[in-house]
Amino acid sequence: MMQGILEEAIGLELQHINAKLLLENPEQLDLDAVVNVFHSWIQDQVCEELLLDVADYRHVHQGPGIILIGHEADYSIDNADGLLGLRYNRKARLEGSNHDRLAHVIRAALIAAERLQADTRLNGKCNFNGQDIQIFINDRVIAPNVAETRQVVEPELRTFLGSLFGELPYSINFEPDARRLCAVSIKASQPLTLSSLLANLEASKRTSHGIA
Amino acid sequence: MKVSNPLWKEKLAGKMPEHLAREIDIFETEITLRKQGKLEEKLFAETRLRRGAYGQRYDNGQRSDGQKVQKLNFPSGDLTKGLNTLWDAPGMQRIKIPGGGLNAEQLEVMAELAEEYSDGIAHVTTRQDFQLHYVHIDDTPALMRRLAAANITTREACGNSVRNVTACPYAGVCTDEAFDVTPYSQALAKFLLGHPDCQNFGRKFKPAFSGCAQHACGLTGLHDLGLIAKKRTNEATGREELGFEMYVGGGLGAVPYQAKLFDEFVPPEELLPLAQAIARVFARHGEKKNRNRARIKFLIQDIGIEKFRELVREERKILPFDPRWTEYIAEAQTQFTEAPLKPAVDVTELVLISGLNGHGPEFQKWLQSNTRPQRQPGFVTVTVALPLGDITANQLRSLADIARRFTRETVRTTVEQNIVLRWVSKGDLAELYKALHAVGLGDAGAGALVDITSCPGTDTCKLGISSSRGLAAELRKRVSEKSFTSDQAVQNLHIKISGCFNSCGQHHVADLGFYGVSRKIAGYAVPHFQVVLGGQWERNAGSYGLPVVAVPSKNIPKVVSRLAERYVADRKTGEIFKDFVVRTGKAQLKALLEDLTKPPAGDRSFFSDWGDPREYTLGDMGEGECAGEVVSPLDFGLAAAERELFEAQLAHERGEPQRAGGGAYRAMLTAAKALVQVEHSDIGNDPDQIVNEFHARYYDTQLFFDPFAGGKFANYLFDAHRKAGQSYTSESSRYLMDEAQLFIDAAYSCSNRLGTLVTA
Repeated sequence: MMQGILEEAIGLELQHINAKLLLENPEQLDLDAVVNVFHSWIQDQVCEELLLDVADYRHVHQGPGIILIGHEADYSIDNADGLLGLRYNRKARLEGSNHDRLAHVIRAALIAAERLQADTRLNGKCNFNGQDIQIFINDRVIAPNVAETRQVVEPELRTFLGSLFGELPYSINFEPDARRLCAVSIKASQPLTLSSLLANLEASKRTSHGIA
Repeated sequence: MKVSNPLWKEKLAGKMPEHLAREIDIFETEITLRKQGKLEEKLFAETRLRRGAYGQRYDNGQRSDGQKVQKLNFPSGDLTKGLNTLWDAPGMQRIKIPGGGLNAEQLEVMAELAEEYSDGIAHVTTRQDFQLHYVHIDDTPALMRRLAAANITTREACGNSVRNVTACPYAGVCTDEAFDVTPYSQALAKFLLGHPDCQNFGRKFKPAFSGCAQHACGLTGLHDLGLIAKKRTNEATGREELGFEMYVGGGLGAVPYQAKLFDEFVPPEELLPLAQAIARVFARHGEKKNRNRARIKFLIQDIGIEKFRELVREERKILPFDPRWTEYIAEAQTQFTEAPLKPAVDVTELVLISGLNGHGPEFQKWLQSNTRPQRQPGFVTVTVALPLGDITANQLRSLADIARRFTRETVRTTVEQNIVLRWVSKGDLAELYKALHAVGLGDAGAGALVDITSCPGTDTCKLGISSSRGLAAELRKRVSEKSFTSDQAVQNLHIKISGCFNSCGQHHVADLGFYGVSRKIAGYAVPHFQVVLGGQWERNAGSYGLPVVAVPSKNIPKVVSRLAERYVADRKTGEIFKDFVVRTGKAQLKALLEDLTKPPAGDRSFFSDWGDPREYTLGDMGEGECAGEVVSPLDFGLAAAERELFEAQLAHERGEPQRAGGGAYRAMLTAAKALVQVEHSDIGNDPDQIVNEFHARYYDTQLFFDPFAGGKFANYLFDAHRKAGQSYTSESSRYLMDEAQLFIDAAYSCSNRLGTLVTA
């Protein structure tokens, strides 16, 4: 199936991007409390997406964890591959360039992570180091997980990560299994606060719009 | 929703079976028509359901958030995909897996779809299907195409149709079956799929096969059509013959019915025609208006099994011969053969365990509960126990790898919401266990107390009253704890939970069954479960349990503990739980649980359900879509004619006049055929025959005549038929499309005039 769609990877428009921010000391997080927090997000509709429901999959091994189902996007405390983190799964189309879409998704994840970090019901046990980020393209026809896709994605991704991390060195590792989603694990050389990452994104946006 | 949706059609062209590709094209066109307001809501709902695209909780656009009822303002606004079912609201996609049979590629496709269109989880149902939740209706054609490319269909997975044909997952390898039912179940599934005689039911129709009478694996006793493999010796020839004990009219629901014996021995060549005759009798005589009495069990109850049998026999006599009755079985016998990947190796348990560093005791438990010998020496089946029937996308891929590594991809889903690997060489068990354990699929306890069955309940079902999955998750935790009794008789009990009385969790056939109800306490609704005890899982769901008392959800774990303790303390030697329940009696059992029927004073936790912190409410319940509204074949036929005309119009826009003209003509034929079928259901697809029958039944009788225009519109069809095969210009095809529209409009008017005759 993959071979016939390789040509689509050239000049591809990245959509349905997912971003996952890994948790520090994930074993300390009270997941029962996360269920309550997500329900309260629905009550107050705190996100820009329409929030609908909460699905709890903690009973499956290394699964999607607790998902806050939305219309345009889902938020989850995801445990895929045994790495607990906040995942933002963009379902609806995003306008703009690939850079814009990456920025939108990372920004949404960072804002949600900040909100969790600040929630007193989680007793200060929900913390993100800002250092470990995963990005997935959740669409195999847009981005089959093959070398050609990675070649196209990597330069754009590096440009974006430059704006996210500034001068800070980072490493990237692409997911090698062709059956899995096109995905990349990113590790900055040192921890960063969520607010500094958001500030970097904002600064980059201002620069790209020519605002000094 | 997915940007890539339009790309899949082209990508998969030529890779899908033609009939499935066409079927999905039709559905996609119907989606377009519905969005344009050209297909009415009721029709779209039923056609959607017949593709397995089901509604989900909150799809009426409102949800209680625990404090207030929120209106969900979806981008598509008030556009609906069914009665009170908003277009953008997430839905459930059911995927039919006949007999539960899957290969590795199909597992991988399921993983991809779960990730890309759902929430990363694939759910195995109590009827061997898969379900994906939170799916957007706009994504379903792409999803269906990807399934079709893997030779899987969603067609008739829901709606008033023949549902998945289930079969014992051990068929062909079971030690005490009569014979392998796999090819027969597959042949029946293929034969009934989309069969014209199965398109006019008042409700669903569920067939099931079992290789024996004594085990539970086929659950034939609770099915509309149950078939149990049987051998007998022909007295005249002395030869052994294969056949089926045929049962009809079983079903769970609020009031469960045991299937009745229809025929003690149906030979294979009679299996498909008899099923067809039953379908015809059900379609003709079954209830259509009151859906609560529309299952075949009610028809049989009303007229009696003898009369029903007589009607079916009469129908069988007049069935036009169909070569597929035997061809499909012969084909399936060739197609569905299995062989091992590895040679048989028989090793002792001790040797196996010595290969498991650090996993000894867990491995031993797993060996006992999750493996069973095949009738082929040296091979075993391995059950992969899925918690609540759920499996992640990554686990599906790992399971595909495991299926390739240890078997020839011989995989089946089970009615206990698990997955069975067949033809595992006993010598591979230690390595297989390691591989499963590494991906979290090595849990012991398959088919045991911890392996709890649950329907979706209030998590996603519109009819859910209590949180069956929330309770199941909690009970799994509690019965897995070391402090819970290790008594083997208790560990072998079955727990099954339904979120409401409709029994999708099959609570009636569990030792400990629970179904969701609600009670008012101190002016507040409190989630409860009705306790149903002593159902029989064995003997193909041999008998149903006894409702005892309703208990608040939060007290159900105590109910389980208390009943287990009493059973351990009071049972007689060898007494099974069902007999213990009968001997103890309802009064004593109720007394045992009486103090648990009220929440402790002041404990507010009882006012919310398991896994859901919101204050409990019944306000989120919606209207069920288990079956859609009854839509007559005439309604479907006229909708199909409109769709064909729409496709002709698209062809015209593309500058393809020949295709446009031909499509317009075929649209008229389809509408005419739909009208003819009201009286003559066996009309074929021969255009001459359709036109002649239409002429005789609707033109000569003037039934089709417009009050003002007379037979003018009928003449459009006759003219087009005379000119069929001629070439069309852009102009002539446009005229013909206009005429076809008028003809279809006239057919609708005629349908309205036919009134009760049409819907009866």
